[in-house]
Amino acid sequence: MRREQLKDHFSETRLFTNRAIISLLGVLVLVALLVTRLVYLQIIDHSHYTTLSDDNRVKLAPVGPTRGLIYDRNGIVLADNLPAYRLELTPEKVEDMESLLTQLGDLIKIQEHDIKQFKKQLKHRHKSDNIPLRFHLNDVEVAKIASIHHRLPGVEIVASLNRHYPFKDIFAHVLGYIGRKDIKDLERVDAANYRATSHIGKTGIEKQYEWELHGEIGSRQIEINAQGRVIRVLQQTVPRTGSDIHLTIDAQLQAIAHNALGLHNGSIVALDPRDGQILTMVSKPGFNPNQFVNGIAYKDYDALRNNDSQPLYNRAMLGRYPPGSTIKPFMGLAGLKYGITNEHYEIFCPGYYIIPFGEKRKFRDWKKTGHGSVDLDSSITQSCDVYFYDLALNLSIDRISPFLKSFGFGQKTGVDMPIENAGLLPSRAWKKKNRKQPWFPGETLNTGIGQGFLLTTPLQLATATAKLANKGKAVQPHLVRGAISVQTKPKIDPLLRKIQPNHWQYIIKSMSHVVHNHRGTARRIANKKFKVAGKTGTAQVFGIKQEEEYDVEKVAIKLRDHALFIAFAPVKNPRIAVAVIVENGGSGGSVAAPMASKIINHYMASNPK
Amino acid sequence: MQPSRSQFQYSNYKVPLFQQWLQQLHMDFPLLIGIFVLALTGLFVLYSATGQDIGAVQKQAIRLGFGFITMIMLAQLRPQTLQRWAPRLYLVGIILLALVLLVGIEVKGAQRWLDLYFLRFQPSELMKLVAPMALAWFLADVGLPPRPWRLIASLALLALPVALVAVEPDLGTSLLIASAGFFVLFMAGLRWRLIGGASLLLVALAWPIWQYMLRDYQRSRVITFLNPENDPLGAGYHIIQSKIAIGSGGLFGKGWLNGTQSQLDFLPERHTDFIFAVFSEEFGMMGAVMLLILYLFLISRGLYIAAQAQDTFSRLLGGSISLTFLVYVFVNIGMVSGLLPVVGVPLPLISYGGTSIVTLMAGFGILMSIHTHRKMLAP
Repeated sequence: MRREQLKDHFSETRLFTNRAIISLLGVLVLVALLVTRLVYLQIIDHSHYTTLSDDNRVKLAPVGPTRGLIYDRNGIVLADNLPAYRLELTPEKVEDMESLLTQLGDLIKIQEHDIKQFKKQLKHRHKSDNIPLRFHLNDVEVAKIASIHHRLPGVEIVASLNRHYPFKDIFAHVLGYIGRKDIKDLERVDAANYRATSHIGKTGIEKQYEWELHGEIGSRQIEINAQGRVIRVLQQTVPRTGSDIHLTIDAQLQAIAHNALGLHNGSIVALDPRDGQILTMVSKPGFNPNQFVNGIAYKDYDALRNNDSQPLYNRAMLGRYPPGSTIKPFMGLAGLKYGITNEHYEIFCPGYYIIPFGEKRKFRDWKKTGHGSVDLDSSITQSCDVYFYDLALNLSIDRISPFLKSFGFGQKTGVDMPIENAGLLPSRAWKKKNRKQPWFPGETLNTGIGQGFLLTTPLQLATATAKLANKGKAVQPHLVRGAISVQTKPKIDPLLRKIQPNHWQYIIKSMSHVVHNHRGTARRIANKKFKVAGKTGTAQVFGIKQEEEYDVEKVAIKLRDHALFIAFAPVKNPRIAVAVIVENGGSGGSVAAPMASKIINHYMASNPK
Repeated sequence: MQPSRSQFQYSNYKVPLFQQWLQQLHMDFPLLIGIFVLALTGLFVLYSATGQDIGAVQKQAIRLGFGFITMIMLAQLRPQTLQRWAPRLYLVGIILLALVLLVGIEVKGAQRWLDLYFLRFQPSELMKLVAPMALAWFLADVGLPPRPWRLIASLALLALPVALVAVEPDLGTSLLIASAGFFVLFMAGLRWRLIGGASLLLVALAWPIWQYMLRDYQRSRVITFLNPENDPLGAGYHIIQSKIAIGSGGLFGKGWLNGTQSQLDFLPERHTDFIFAVFSEEFGMMGAVMLLILYLFLISRGLYIAAQAQDTFSRLLGGSISLTFLVYVFVNIGMVSGLLPVVGVPLPLISYGGTSIVTLMAGFGILMSIHTHRKMLAP
């Protein structure tokens, strides 16, 4: 055993065979170990690793829906989607955002407000979301970016659809506009549904019908590689396109109304008294809603906000105006209903009125010389104030207020728009609560001629006119066809139900005398084809002192009277009711009535039935 | 007439000719078949792993061809010739390794290459074969198992190249050289109590080695191996992605060219050291087990050849080559599947890369030489 140099071939061979067998066993053990490992990874933990593998490569990308279009009643597009290119950045792929913005700024025009908007969104959005930087890239800009696109990771040119309002200011207030969504907007919608949506309705119909117009988000399961590049689309849920909306408005009529107002500020509302469909709703001045779609420049926005004419303000629903003499038919109807007056009751108008047994204050008639002997009909036709001072005093505010309320004064009409003003219908209780003062009889007189506290919106006035045309039947004004499916409201307000048909008839006849009688205040708009019932109004913007004269020449434009006119036609089975308010327009008969006439004539001609 | 008989004779006549032909070329048929199937499989996997780069597959095929020629050439040499050359080859190898450290080219922080102007050459690859050859030569003429002083001398003989390669640094190759040497000693009948004692010593030395000898990247590999989730985007990324690839392959795999981990770039180093992950992802456990069986077949055949060898040098060298082949397979698959830390050991005959293929084929050439140069005692 100790001899090293001597070899024992037999024992060596045995030793070697022995070691070879042990080696083979060792090999088998190690291979078995590997197989066990494979079983563990590929069989036992297979589903776990499959999940991890899918997590690696599959990403869910939201796909935004296309916004529904808005049409007028005849199918004319009022809000369209036009293809456009926009520049988007994906923050997680951008290493140095500041230098990238500078780089892009050297390449194409990027305004400060674009960057401000972008940074605002940068704070709140996912790092993996695309955030828009510039909209409406022109072809040159697209080409410039495309040429160095490969060197700018995270920069994308996205072909998208851009909201466009072809009628610009004509429909600005009705449609409103969409703008880039912000945190506040997301509070009123399901934020998950808006992950891939950049814009949201901010005002008007766009806001009111946001849910219908937006549609539902879709998604795309995409396979990506380790660098995050999209390899293919595995599965997709197609987004549900937003519903199209058909307005009750007639675009042509709207344009006519818009032009009829000319350079005046004011509002025109026309509706179909039969079903409450709003045919026209104009507020002037307007603005170009297209400016707002992709973020209006601060300078432009300031200009709009600081404009004295308040172009952003929807006068049709938010403007509060004294109705002036247009309230007289309603007052007259109240007088007939409560027996304060009748078809034959006459008074003498000297041009002023003094409250019996009261203070010696003179309440003036607009006609200095007075109207002489007048009954209710001639008081409406010639718009005699004195008659209505007397009538109102006898009615008292406690009867006037509920009666006007039944016509919708002082109340929201419930139109399908995001905001609306209720106007103001004064009452004894209202004054006590808001002014901490008792009601004075003189205030009843002012209310009787549509002055004083009483304020109404153009929409309210048009709705009340329609209700009058309907002889009390309720009217629910609305802007979108099918918005009001079932008339759930009582057809006739209880207060109006007991009015005798001949009283309705009387008032309506008097209103038609306003247009068709030779002494009517709106006689210039009379035509022979159909009969129009109307009432002019000239509302004082500021109070005239006792002995002062109202001199058109001397009074600044801002303080001139508002010109009003309400009308419906045809007198028998009315199909259109209109309210026109022209701010500082002067006389209702000469300024407002012809505007209403244009609308009515066009409507009657194009809608013969 | 009996036409069927003539046919039988005809086919009977063919086989001996083929065997004769193989014998003349000193080829071993089972090894040849195994290598051929493995190489072909490798090319298919490579096509997938390189993202269907036919150019890379052609390059690899050329390398395999080059390895094949090396194998045939080595098979012609008699084992006795190799035994005679062993000490001189060893000296040359040591000198080259020293040269690498002095004038070698640094690639990725490791100095492993010698630039011979016409080709780049890794002397450590040569050492994988030369070191066991030298040890087998050193132990061939003495009684086995070796006596203690000879054992110590053999260890010194082995330690020199292992250390030289380790400081390059190339942990994978130095590990392979060390194991090749160890297998020679094992085959030479190294006593179990010595193996046990050495193992204990190694464990005891582990701390100082860890603290003073390993480079930072080597340490991080071990840490990452122990807890890959520690650094999922850095060092742990390789192992995590590779485990995902293997695990998601399941029983039957995702199909050739359909592995999402590999095709979508999630798997790093997928055509070199991590190619087994590509294979397992696309061919599943069935494929992986078939591959292991193929490797097992080659190793068993090698061990059989070693056992059949007629002299000690051939036995020791043949055993060592076969078992080193196992180390390749085990370390590579072990690291790719997260059993072992990541060390740069390729999957034999499948991973993309030149030198290891030539070395491996040379090893098979030696095995074939051992088997085909036996003296037949009986006809």
